[in-house]
Amino acid sequence: MSLLWLRFALGCYFISLIYAFVALTRTSELFSRIALHAASLGMVFHFVSLVELFVSGQIVWASVHNGESLLAFLSMTFFMIVYGIYKTTSPGVVVFPVVFFLTFVAAVDEQPVLLTQYVSHKGWLVAHIILIFTGYAALVLSFGASLLYLLQERRLKAKKASSLISFLPALEVIDQIGYRSLLLGFPFMTLGLLTGSVVAVTTYGHVDFLDPKILLSLLMWAVYMVMVFTRWNSGWRGRRAAVLATFAFVAALAAWAANYFSTIHRFAAS
Amino acid sequence: MRYQLIGVNHKSAPLEVRERLAIPESRVPDLCRDLAAYPGIEEGMVISTCNRVEMVTHTVNGSADLRGFLHQHFHLTADELDAHLYEFREKDAVRHVFRVASSLDSMVVGEAQILGQVKEAYATARAVGAIRGQLDQLFSRAFAVAKRVRSETAVGSSSVSIASVAVDLAKKIFGSLEGKTVFIVGAGKMSELAARHLMAHGCAAIFVSNRTFDRAVGLAQKFNGQAIKFDDLHATCDRADIVITSTGAPHAIFRREHGEQFLARRKNRPMFFIDIAVPRDVSPDMAKLDGIFTYDIDDLQQAVSSHVADRRHEAERAEAIIASEVESFEGRLHTLDVVPTIVSLQDHLETIRQAEIDRARGRLGHLTAEQEIALEALTRGIINKVMHTPITTLKTAAKESEVTTVVDVVRRLFNLREKDATPPEKKKEVGTRR
Repeated sequence: MSLLWLRFALGCYFISLIYAFVALTRTSELFSRIALHAASLGMVFHFVSLVELFVSGQIVWASVHNGESLLAFLSMTFFMIVYGIYKTTSPGVVVFPVVFFLTFVAAVDEQPVLLTQYVSHKGWLVAHIILIFTGYAALVLSFGASLLYLLQERRLKAKKASSLISFLPALEVIDQIGYRSLLLGFPFMTLGLLTGSVVAVTTYGHVDFLDPKILLSLLMWAVYMVMVFTRWNSGWRGRRAAVLATFAFVAALAAWAANYFSTIHRFAAS
Repeated sequence: MRYQLIGVNHKSAPLEVRERLAIPESRVPDLCRDLAAYPGIEEGMVISTCNRVEMVTHTVNGSADLRGFLHQHFHLTADELDAHLYEFREKDAVRHVFRVASSLDSMVVGEAQILGQVKEAYATARAVGAIRGQLDQLFSRAFAVAKRVRSETAVGSSSVSIASVAVDLAKKIFGSLEGKTVFIVGAGKMSELAARHLMAHGCAAIFVSNRTFDRAVGLAQKFNGQAIKFDDLHATCDRADIVITSTGAPHAIFRREHGEQFLARRKNRPMFFIDIAVPRDVSPDMAKLDGIFTYDIDDLQQAVSSHVADRRHEAERAEAIIASEVESFEGRLHTLDVVPTIVSLQDHLETIRQAEIDRARGRLGHLTAEQEIALEALTRGIINKVMHTPITTLKTAAKESEVTTVVDVVRRLFNLREKDATPPEKKKEVGTRR
């Protein structure tokens, strides 16, 4: 049943996805409202799906597909929080495709893949997953914001009359969305990595720093930290910030993909 | 009607050319004098705003060498200048002046400022004696037409001034303007207006800097702001989010290196430069810096073009008013052209009549009162009958284009003198209309 709800959610997210592509070329108040309602409805289905998974006791914390589903839901939650504060749906241009992709992958098949390793401290693992996913979701949003910032900056510099009626919010608003997600995501990401190492230590007795998963996670964290630092120290934004954010995002994707190569963080069919 | 006009505006010439033609306010009176004294020109007036430089003249024979005047006074070669110039004569010149005064030729159609600027240019030219009868008539009518356009159409009602466009742009950059700081560089009317708009939308603090410090203090007081010495401009400017600059400086006062310093001190927070000065105060390479947004007067025009479309319909109505006003002005001018001829014709015949009556009296000896009256009536009757056809012909010709030919023929036939050309009632009329 949980999967069925998730597929309903996917259907709703698909509408939002179309918005994401359309919004790049034209502005339509009506369409952005439809996308918002579709996304909200999708979140309801998604929430039901997660709750059902949880109460039915089927939830497997270390399952990749459940993880993807959770990450998609958290990203959407962030998007809605931003909408609540800034009344703009434009971050959806980046968030919706990411959420759709994650939900799509999570909803394709019944068979979740699991961590092969036996984990002794389940509490730490749950904390690790929730923290790190919140960090990821914030990263997705700040990556999206930095791209939008770049886009809006270009439009303003191009000085075309049409730039005045663009769908994007003011430059400084986009900047705030990005910066706040960055600041919010960083502690989650840090704590997520710390709890992850606790899990690793309790399971294996040590942390293998040469493992691709850990290397890439550390790289991602380092870029994340550089982003926070350059922003806090010298106010980097615009092009330079977008380059860093893209780098962090790619590192995050690589770290996720490393699940398939890592010896200690490996998922496999149950 | 020998009006002749030459100039450039924001449509005909890029900012780079207008910058080179820009005339400092202090030079305008001299230029008006030079223009009026130029060969072939009777009266002259110079309109110089940030969007246009125009020489409006009344010439001796309708074909004065205005291009030559421009080349001589602006040290520009024909190659550099001529492609951007427009030149209007007679009716077309009248139409153009009406359109300019009515703000139909403005960058922001319907904005009210241009009328004030034209009035100022008119007053300046009058003060130095460069305007006498003909331009006086033209501009008095132009001001009346502008008033009519404003009251009968909605062209000016939803006027999108540069100031409000600047506010829109600032909002695109900063979102809310609450608590933002504005820096006015060069205490001009335009920047004051823009600042007022920004303050109305929530901008908090304001700085004013001007080469004449007293003017900065004066303006700062109006806004409860702070006056900054011009020498401290670059040291303080980074405190402002929005800089409105409109100095008369011949070179850019904000260059790339300044921008880099500002950004470093502001931790890269964005800055918005509204440059309404011609020549520009902000050098173009500033815009290449991330986080610095500069809009010069031409960019603002692009930004307002969408608003202009909304008012196209009203502008069409305004154009119709202008067209009918041009016709009636032309008609009136032609009527005025024939009035002196009619008057001198009447004077001429009256003189003949009086002389003939005197001669008749000498021959007839004493006349009774009744005979006097009969003689008076007889001579007057003949004169009136003779004059009837020429006067009617003149009045009809006044409405047509061959008026000058007819006037010439009548003057030659009756050997009328040129000095009678300006009748007393015409002078009076011009005087009262002011």
